[in-house]
Amino acid sequence: MESGIFHSSYEKDMALRHTPIEKARLALVILFLLVFPFVADNYWLNLANTIGVVAIGAIGLNILTGFTGQISLGQGAFLAVGAYTAALMSIHMGAPMWLTIPAGAITTAIIGAIFGIPSLRLKGLYLAIATLAAQEIIIWVITHWDAVTGGVDALNTKNYLWFGDDHHFFTEFQFYWIILALAALVTIASVNIFRTRIGRAFIAIRDQDIAAEVMGINLFKYKMLAFATSSFFVGLAGALIAHWRQIVTWERFTIEVSIFYLAVIIIGGLGSVSGSIYGAIFMVMLPAMLNNLGRALSGVVPGMDAIIPFIQQAVFGVVIILFLIFEPEGINKMWKNIRDYFRLWPFSY
Amino acid sequence: MVHAMQHSLNGSTLKPGEVQLEVQDVKLRFGGVTALAGVSLTVKQSEIIAIIGPNGAGKTSLLNCISGLYRPQEGRITFHNRGEAYELTQLPPHQIAKVGVARSFQNIELFKHMTVLENLLAGCHVHMKTNIFQAALYWGKAQREEIAYRKFVEEIIDLLEIESIRKKTVGTLSYGLQKRVELGRALAMQPAILLLDEPMAGMNTEEKEDMARFILDVNEEHGVTIVLIEHDMGVVMDISDHVVVLDFGRKIGDGTPDEVRKNPRVIEAYLGEEAGSFSLF
Repeated sequence: MESGIFHSSYEKDMALRHTPIEKARLALVILFLLVFPFVADNYWLNLANTIGVVAIGAIGLNILTGFTGQISLGQGAFLAVGAYTAALMSIHMGAPMWLTIPAGAITTAIIGAIFGIPSLRLKGLYLAIATLAAQEIIIWVITHWDAVTGGVDALNTKNYLWFGDDHHFFTEFQFYWIILALAALVTIASVNIFRTRIGRAFIAIRDQDIAAEVMGINLFKYKMLAFATSSFFVGLAGALIAHWRQIVTWERFTIEVSIFYLAVIIIGGLGSVSGSIYGAIFMVMLPAMLNNLGRALSGVVPGMDAIIPFIQQAVFGVVIILFLIFEPEGINKMWKNIRDYFRLWPFSY
Repeated sequence: MVHAMQHSLNGSTLKPGEVQLEVQDVKLRFGGVTALAGVSLTVKQSEIIAIIGPNGAGKTSLLNCISGLYRPQEGRITFHNRGEAYELTQLPPHQIAKVGVARSFQNIELFKHMTVLENLLAGCHVHMKTNIFQAALYWGKAQREEIAYRKFVEEIIDLLEIESIRKKTVGTLSYGLQKRVELGRALAMQPAILLLDEPMAGMNTEEKEDMARFILDVNEEHGVTIVLIEHDMGVVMDISDHVVVLDFGRKIGDGTPDEVRKNPRVIEAYLGEEAGSFSLF
């Protein structure tokens, strides 16, 4: 137990971590992430990679919806823009991954900013409907613009390291490192953004947009910037999906995906970068664990296999409702409460 | 111990007494309702001017016109700073903030999920330069800028005596403290002119005294011009150099507190006709 935190400079006071315990905790997490792929089998690596990609996408969505207060139902479509950009560049131009992934992110940032223009006039539910339109328009274009996107047929992404390279088949183990590195970069960048004037401007717009404007924050510019930044990360996740799954089809980017991501950030914690990651872990692990449980029980309870999918859906719904009732601020807040409890224990006054 | 601030809170380049803000014949209508029916007034650098009047007189509307939230149908609002004359009726609110106009709101409009520090730093937005790429790296320039402005904001925290709450989330603070933080956020903009919409509304006497002292500090030590809407006549008469009285969107009085106090039209507006025998203030 510490008696207090005594800083002698603003730099130290503004650091993200203050106590040895906090630093040790971070070191443990890093150690775990580095050791994990060497002990995990393909099933667990696949889960970890899914979590990584979902976390990147969720951080993106959280920047827009959680931090800037602009509700988006277009997440699925923005993932699709990143995925199709990367897939098409690799197929038609033979572009290497180090080019297609950033290109997917940048293209999505531009498209996202364009679909963010209505946010200057629309708020709340009205904006949600406008982004729903973005979702439907983008998916419609993908399924109907056969000449470019291949229409409803799936694309087979090529993983090149250089122009003119042969297709590489990467294992889950190899992708683990790519996804981990990018997820770490996205996390650090997002956390940093919210330590500066840019992040404060985003939050100011969410909390009190008129006051923000009177403080000199250009609402149009910063809303566009929020859409672009958010979509950049979402597109990055999309491009990663394209290369990792190697099959890109519009069916993976429907409105259900948008809603799944909204659930991730609500359960993880709106307006929290780490919450996005907790939410991703929870929402990916929950169905997987339910599956395992069902399989374990199928020997005991006959016919269990058949009803697992229904139970999954029901549990999903119940969990979201429970979170909204008992901890609307999500896992991030729960974790904070636990930390505070032990920090002050046994003198919690 | 009170020590002199290293930074000035005053963003004006004018000398005391020079004309800073000219409101000329401003008319504002909402549909058929006339909120301002041709209001004119002049604000000089480093004075405290109070705008008073009964409810619905158009005081907040006038402030909203100055800060760009409303666009008057007619009239001009000219603001002088840095050797230029800005026509505020033509500028969007964020540009008006940039040229040196800061304000607080009648119903506190703080960023309530941010801490006090973050709210004050948000007030520094127009002076900071970090872009999104530097922000993502938070290395070198971006970090140095954050630390430099943290130092500046700490001086405002000292001035307003809110040291103990600097890391508290604003939404959890009491009403009086929130009002103080809102003044701080406006000061963080290093304003040339400060528009305060009922800074003492809903406060007890002690809180009002504190707030009056802060306003006087900012005005006397830093020379910041203050335009104030206030209903507490005691405060208005004590601290302002110049009082403007509005009623039904028209100016019915303009002068020193003493002149306004004796103005029969003002007395009539406040107490109705034949109220001459009452002493208003």
